[in-house]
Amino acid sequence: MAATENKNAGGQSTKEGFVYLPLILGWLVPGGGHFLLRKWGRGGLLAISILSMFALGLAMQGRLYANAHDILEMLGLAGDLGSGLLYFVGRALGLGTESVQLTTADYGTRFIVVAGLLNVIAAVDAHNLRTGRKA
Amino acid sequence: MISPSHFASVLLFALFASVVFGITQRETPQRMFRYGIYCFALFVGSAILLSWVMYAIAR
Repeated sequence: MAATENKNAGGQSTKEGFVYLPLILGWLVPGGGHFLLRKWGRGGLLAISILSMFALGLAMQGRLYANAHDILEMLGLAGDLGSGLLYFVGRALGLGTESVQLTTADYGTRFIVVAGLLNVIAAVDAHNLRTGRKA
Repeated sequence: MISPSHFASVLLFALFASVVFGITQRETPQRMFRYGIYCFALFVGSAILLSWVMYAIAR
């Protein structure tokens, strides 16, 4: 099969090891899945973009969703969870707990949610590279 | 705390989202770059266009 015969940039066969590892690592650490597959440039750019977006969101006093009382909060929480460890570290440090009172803080909340969603896209891309679906 | 303007927020959002879209949606570096530029232009262009539409509606 073409998918199993594909090779990554390092010339290593992609059929070795746990196939979902880049997906999981990519979710936990932005760009981590690409780093695992030795796609240093792509991984670096993804990590910089997602980390910057998350950090800017917090710097703009954006909120990290902590519970799911209604459908909008549930969707926000799902987006935030896409950031993987960033979300859990942020919660552990007590960041993003203030209520949104400024327009800037509302933008910040959206930045954090979108950073999580972009991280999910990046993790799926790492999985596609791993399976050979993408070169 | 930082408080960028609405337009600066649009530019930052467009920049980071376009980088991720470019890398994940295309296969070769050249096509990634071109798609990233395309997405950035669409994000910023549509924000400017919608702003003028809202301005026209509000008058």
